[in-house]
Parts: sequence; C-alpha cells; structure tokens
Amino acid sequence: MQPGAPGESTRIISAEKAIDLSRVQHTAADVKFMQGMIGHHSQAVEMVSLLKARSTSENMRMLGQRIEVSQLDEIKMMQRWLEVRGQEIPGPHAMHMHGATLMPGMLTEEEMAHLAEAKGAEFDRLFLEGMIKHHGGALTMVDELFATAGAGQEVEIFSFASDVDADQRMEIDRMGAMLRELQK
Amino acid sequence: MRSATTCLCLTAVLLAAIIQGRAQERPATASTTDPRVGLKAGFKDAGEASKNMERIANLPKPEGFFDPKAPSGNPAPPERPETPEGAPAGAAGEPAAAGTTPGAPAAPRTPPPFDPVVANRPGFTNSDLAFRDHHVFVGNYHGFNTYDIERPSKPKLSASVVCPGGQGDVSVHGNLLFMSVEQTRGRLDCGTQGVQTAVSAERFRGVRIFDISDMSKPKQVAAIQTCRGSHTHTLVVDPKDKTNLYVYGSGTSSVRSAEELAGCSGLDPKEDPNTSLFSIDVIQVPLAAPSTAHIVNRPRIFADEKTGALGGLWQGGNHGPGTQTARMTNQCHDITVFSEIGLAAGACSGNGILLDISDPVHPVRLDAVVDSHFAYWHSATFNNDGTKVVFTDEWGGGSRPRCRATDLLNWGADAIFDIVDRKLKFAGYYKMPAAQTDQENCVAHNGSLIPVPGRDIMVQAWYQGGLSVFDFTDSAKPVEIAYFDRGPLDAKQLITGGYWSTYWYNGNIYGAEIARGIDVFKLTPSEYLSQNEIDAATLVRSEELNTQQQAKIVWPVGSAVGRAYVDQLTRTRGIQAERARMVKAALDHADDLRTGHERGAPAVLEQLDALATQLEGDAGAATGRDAVRLRALAATLKGRAAKLRQ
Repeated sequence: MQPGAPGESTRIISAEKAIDLSRVQHTAADVKFMQGMIGHHSQAVEMVSLLKARSTSENMRMLGQRIEVSQLDEIKMMQRWLEVRGQEIPGPHAMHMHGATLMPGMLTEEEMAHLAEAKGAEFDRLFLEGMIKHHGGALTMVDELFATAGAGQEVEIFSFASDVDADQRMEIDRMGAMLRELQK
Repeated sequence: MRSATTCLCLTAVLLAAIIQGRAQERPATASTTDPRVGLKAGFKDAGEASKNMERIANLPKPEGFFDPKAPSGNPAPPERPETPEGAPAGAAGEPAAAGTTPGAPAAPRTPPPFDPVVANRPGFTNSDLAFRDHHVFVGNYHGFNTYDIERPSKPKLSASVVCPGGQGDVSVHGNLLFMSVEQTRGRLDCGTQGVQTAVSAERFRGVRIFDISDMSKPKQVAAIQTCRGSHTHTLVVDPKDKTNLYVYGSGTSSVRSAEELAGCSGLDPKEDPNTSLFSIDVIQVPLAAPSTAHIVNRPRIFADEKTGALGGLWQGGNHGPGTQTARMTNQCHDITVFSEIGLAAGACSGNGILLDISDPVHPVRLDAVVDSHFAYWHSATFNNDGTKVVFTDEWGGGSRPRCRATDLLNWGADAIFDIVDRKLKFAGYYKMPAAQTDQENCVAHNGSLIPVPGRDIMVQAWYQGGLSVFDFTDSAKPVEIAYFDRGPLDAKQLITGGYWSTYWYNGNIYGAEIARGIDVFKLTPSEYLSQNEIDAATLVRSEELNTQQQAKIVWPVGSAVGRAYVDQLTRTRGIQAERARMVKAALDHADDLRTGHERGAPAVLEQLDALATQLEGDAGAATGRDAVRLRALAATLKGRAAKLRQ
C-alpha cells in the first residue's frame, strides 16, 4: 500500500507500481555532472603528482596521497556509473584540453604552469590555495546539480554527490588550517 | 549505512606499511582459520556457519521491495587495488582510465545493455528495526514492512508500505511510527516518481509520522521537514512531561536551499552563524495532536565551550602517521538516549560525545572523545547500568569490505568506553574476528543488549560479516560468545548486503538483512552462556523496543535470574560449591510451590531468606563483580520469598 501526504488516505497499489522507479532515473544534468567531475578530479590527481616532486613537507605528502587515493577511487566509480548507463566516458584530460570549458574551480593552464615551476614553501602555498579553489569548485558543482530540476534524484548519484560535498568540505577545512600554519 | 563511494584507501596503504614495517609486532588482524572463512557464495543458497545460536526462520523481502530482475541487489563499484606506500597508484595512467591516452577523449566503448532498474537497486535496501507487541517494523529505503512475530519461528507479513526516501529507519511509540527520510527523491505524498523540480514543496526530507492504530493500514499524519533530511532519528521521552514526545533528528546529507525550506543554510559558520550544519534537530511531538509536531530547537552541541565557535570538536583529518582519517564533526550519525540516567551518547562523525539530556530540548555536552583508529563514529549502545558505552566505527561507510584478513581488528570496530564521573574513558576494542572476503561489505553496525542479568552482552550486525554476540562485562576484554554468518551474495563481485541491524526482542534475535529479508534466531547454551542465563534474558518482556531509546532493564523476580547468577558465580569460582548447590535446591523447591501458604512452604521461604543472609555475608568478603552478583543473588532469593508470601 502507499500512504498519501499527511492527513490523506492510504491506498492499495500493485507490486509493479510499487517498484516503478522509471521517473527517478538519471538526467542529462546527472550525466554532465559525472562527466565533468571526472575531468575535475583528474586535475587534482595531476596537481598531486607535481606535489610529489616539489614539496618537502611530510604533511603535504600525506595530504596529497589522501587526495589522490580518494579522487582516483571516485573517478573509477564515476566511470562505472557512466558505463552502466551507456554514457560516454571522458578521458582524464578531456576537460582541460586546449579550448575546453573549465569546470568550476579548476586551475587554468597558466595557473598549472605556474604551480609546476614553484618549489618548496612557495609550491606548498600555491598548491593549497589552488586545491582549496579547486575543491570549492566541486562544491559549486554539487550545488548546481541539486539546483537543477530533476537532477540528483537517483539513489547512487544522490549518495555520491553528498559524499563529494562532505569530503571536499573537510579537505578544504584541513587545507585552510595548513595554509594558516604555513603563513605564520 | 552512510553512502560511501569514497574509498579511504589510504588506510589500506598505511596498513600495508605498518605490516611491512613491523613484521615482528604484527598488528592483530582477523582470523583465517575460523569456520566463517570460505563459506560458499549465493543469494538463497549461500554457505552458513553458526556457533551457539540457531536460525529458526527466514522470510525474503516482499514483492514491491526488490527488483525481480536482480533480487539480490546491485554490485558495488570496484575498489582501487591496494598498493604499498610509495608506489603511486597509477596517477592519471590508472588502468581504470583504460582506452584513453592523455589529452585525448576516451575511445567509445560498447556499453552493456542499459537496464533502467539496475541503477536504482540500492533503493530497496532493508534498514533498521523497531518492535511493538508482537510486531516488528522493518525499515527500507523504499518504505517499511510490518511482520507479525507472535510465533517467532513463523513471521508473517502484515503490511507493506511504499514510501521511498531512505534510509527509512523506523521507531515506534504507541500508535505512532516514525521514519527517517534524507534522499532528494523523497516526496510528501510517498510517491515513487521523485521530484522533478529543483525547488519543490512536494519534496520531503525529514521525519515522517504514521498513525498505525490500524496496523494493516498505516496513515501518514505528519511530515516534519528538516534542512539536511533525517539520516537517523531517536525518540526521547521527557520524564517530567508526559504530554510531549521528542525526536532527535540527525541529518548527515547535503543542506537544501533556503528557497525550498526557509532558514536552511549550508554555509561555514564563519560566513553564516545560522548555518544548518553543526546541529541536530529537536522535534516536539504533542501526543494529543501529532500532526502539529515541529522543530523546537537546533542545539549547537559541538560548540567550543570557551570561544563559542560552532565547530568546536574534531576538525577533520588524521591523528598522525599510521592513523585513521575521520571527517569533521558537523553532524551526528546516530544518538542513543538513556532517559532514566539522563544521558545520551552521540556518535557524531569525528567524535563520540556524551550529553546530559535531563532537559531533552536543551541537551548539554558533557564530554567528547576522539579515537585514532576511528574513521566515522556511527552508533552507540549503553550497558544497562549506564556505566559503559559501545561506540561503532563505520569505516568505509558500510558498503566496503573492511573485515578482510589484512584489516586491523581495531579499525572498523567497536570502541568500548567506561563512563567515569560523566566522562568517557577508553577501555577496549571489539571486532567480529573472522576474516571476510573482498566480496563482503563488512564493518561494525547496529546492535542491542541481550538482557542477561549480571553481564553486559550485546548482539551486533556486521553486514555481510554476519552477526556476532559478545560479552563486554570486562570492557577492556570483550569476548565473542556466539555468531552466525553466510557466504557473500556473489562469488565475484561485491553486492551490498548483510545485516543492517540485529536486535534481541522478547527471547529471540531478529536480523534485518539488506537483501535477504528478515532472519530470526535463538541462542543455544554453551560454556560462555548457560541455559539459565538465556532463560533469565527471556524473562524480560518489552511491549515496545527502539534500540536507540534505551530503557533500564528490570528483571522480574524469577528463579531463572537466581540460577543465572549462580552459573556466573560458579564460572568465576565466586561461590562455594556447597552454597551454590543449596541455592539451586532452594530455588527448585520454591518453583514447586504455588503459594507461600501451602504445606511445607514456610520452611522453603525461611531457607531462601537464610541463604540470602549468608550470601550477603559472602558478598562482604568478596570483591568486584563477584560481590555484585552475590548481592544480586541474595536480593533475588529474598524477592522470590517475598513474592510467594504475597
């Protein structure tokens, strides 16, 4: 049976009707979100690969490893999500190819080049600032997803977007603290 | 379950490093020789192993609560293979990005045939349990099911209620049933069609209230909207106020927009002191008019005592090299209240907290702890004396295999704390000890006390790690006393399944299996637990049970209670054999009497009283738990005599 809104009556429905989730399916916005987030995450991984060579701080290395591990895992999850739904899976670099539109928070080619040239404490500062901006962009993407009609409804994407929101918020807080420490 | 698409794989990396680095002092990991290891996979025909308990019933999920094309559920995404520290995990060239060359879009693949239902199988997950009279309510992401358990070995479906929104955790109070809803597809009218606009008055995320006075036809009477939805909730009675019931709503999901629900804000407290983060929802339910239930407070229970900063507790991150990474504490996952002692234990993301709830609307934080092995503080259980709390760590969010032979026994485990002067003091860890496969999501999850007098015993769900019954009377040295486990749902891939909750109710253990329906168990006697102890636990009858709302267990005056104490004292050599024999004989004689006034009765009653006096004397010379049990036994004998005299 299926209850109604508060105060309304409950009615009997069939089993077919009960499992009819045909309207809670992924939307074009969900697909775009996942495709965009793959490129977005890939840039974070790329930034971490710079970090390995350019930072001398153990704390930074740990942070980098944590970011890399979680973003790579999520990239896999997103690829699988797209694959199961028969959608095109972008390559990791598709989003910052020359001329491609950057997803929110992503570093420009110039910013990436600038980061690649920096060393030591200067690198750490640029990395933290860049990654805070980068993660902030992911939060914007989640906000935009949930602000799009019909998007973020399907159970898997709801869970994923909620996790991205929580995890990246945490990492932003963490990096903010590290940045303040660095500037002392 | 917390959704966890995110892998905390770093932990595995670090673990590998720890194991490599300290071959001599290898950290404790799961047993690989346990009978639970290597069970055959299967949905309906999986291998089973059990010890000191017996499954007496299984009832699969009803129609409307699974996808007939894939009844067991959906495969979880693959996890990144573990690599030792220092070996970077593939970077951009990960095999997962197969078929791509840097800088070029992926070559189009041949997609598998798309099945729209596949995407939504997590929508049918069984979740938490609540009990009333001879009914059990089984929550589900898709609604809830009610079963008649008058005969526990023959549970019967009484009603299936479709009302999606997850997690569907349920509680019951008289004729009211409460349900948590967090997902954005949730609708006020319980519809399955989701919400097609970004801002909608039709969307529902929060706590629903159903009138179940007609159990066969529940009716929704209220739906209290909250900013983050309700992941779990806890009913709270105010001993001083019988006209209202309170609900603590814990939201862990994203905050919705202020356009949809006035006042909602997902901003950092520095940007918005009225942020919806860093609080719980306190809902007041006027029992005479439940439809008028509303939020009366959003207490800032994580605030810094000195500065007043809203996020005064764990800031996120790890505790140093080799430790677990936990999220920032801006939410509680679950709160367990124990009104008789005026305390609540909150499992709140990065912290375990203790709250004074003598004024339920205004909970006050007494203490907060962290643990370097904990990734996510998930749930809490008090012992019956209110002197201990068992906190669980849902490392990996419940959808990941975290009980493998390589996973540490103090990660994804229970941490047992003693309550000393209203502060939490760490005592020990417990984890279901048998190694599970990569195909079994497994981590500490929901459990309840088993009311054996004189001991602290809990039955706990471990997802596909099965269920485990353990004794934590010595909080530093918990011991497993019974278990049940099945093989994985699938031999090759991880399909999320296993026990969400396993609770003791009126003599039996009930398990909500995510994919396989409900199971009912009975305990069998062993060296760890005697038949008398099981009988004494069975004497305790409840009319209602919400596990997160603990009530003090009071044992009726019964000989089984006395015999249970004798068994315990005998086990610890805390009673002289002759005394034990005399007590048992006296209880047998008492059981032969119908009243204390019949022939021969006075002698039996005198004997009970005399033995009670002797036991009190013994208690004076004993220490620790023996002394406590001797006194409890003496009181039981006196009570037995007094009852017969009535």
